[in-house]
Amino acid sequence: MSGSVGIVVFPGSNCERDCRRALESLGAHTTYVWHQETSLPDVDIVVLPGGFAHGDYLRTGAIARFSPVMGAVRDHANAGGIVMGICNGFQVLCEAGLLPGALRKNSGLKFICRWVDLRVDNNQSPFAARADAGQRLRIPINHFEGSWYCDPGELQRIRANDQVVLRYTANPNGALDDVAGVTNERGNVFGLMPHPERACEPSSGSQDGAVILGSMLDTAPAREHAHL
Amino acid sequence: MNFGAVVDVMLKPGIADPQGQTVERALPALGYAGVEGVRVGKRIELTVDAGTPEEARELVAEMCNRFLANPVIESYNVTLL
Repeated sequence: MSGSVGIVVFPGSNCERDCRRALESLGAHTTYVWHQETSLPDVDIVVLPGGFAHGDYLRTGAIARFSPVMGAVRDHANAGGIVMGICNGFQVLCEAGLLPGALRKNSGLKFICRWVDLRVDNNQSPFAARADAGQRLRIPINHFEGSWYCDPGELQRIRANDQVVLRYTANPNGALDDVAGVTNERGNVFGLMPHPERACEPSSGSQDGAVILGSMLDTAPAREHAHL
Repeated sequence: MNFGAVVDVMLKPGIADPQGQTVERALPALGYAGVEGVRVGKRIELTVDAGTPEEARELVAEMCNRFLANPVIESYNVTLL
């Protein structure tokens, strides 16, 4: 077993089962954590999956960040725990202030659902340590609001601190600096628009997502899990 | 006392507004030439309970900073009715 992962489920999340299947295929134990919970179970890693949390009303992630569970997610992150937000989970983490920047509507105003090529620009990150420097990964995106933005001063700090882990090789959505995935300053919280959980099996056309999820699982201490 | 308020939320100047650009490009097709600077935002109407107009304004501004607008990409304007 390679770690225990809490997958946060909001009303409107729709990728939690994909995340569970992918993470368990990589050896993890997973637990769903309903958004009304005020504490996390005994987990090493927290994943916020994709979907449309709380209907994405007002702005994507704007209401989800006030869900009771987010206090516990914040505590986990502040204690150095590993947190990954995928797509809508990325949007939630930005709204919560756990990641820098914000996700705008795609520059072409189209919902985009297709494969994209990504470049690993920081393989020292715990979220890409299995990748070679500059390795190309093929992982799908599936979003309308994925155009990442932050103010120019902050971008300078983010670049200087090597927080951009993944960049698009051909920018599909107008994201600033081609950013597809970025960490917080400490490097333990990561958000990305592509869906690594959808690229983990031979039948999915690419297994490059396992590079990302597997890297993340490598951070967890080895432990035995009782079969539930 | 109840105060009606209107909040206008706009993308900050300098942040690309693809909706506004699309609207701007569509206007000439209807015969409106020479229109520029189209920006699309949202309007939120609400009623708040506060002691004074100043308190009402402060309360709504606080809501905007925490929730109604995203300060990374949006600016807001509060109008009391």
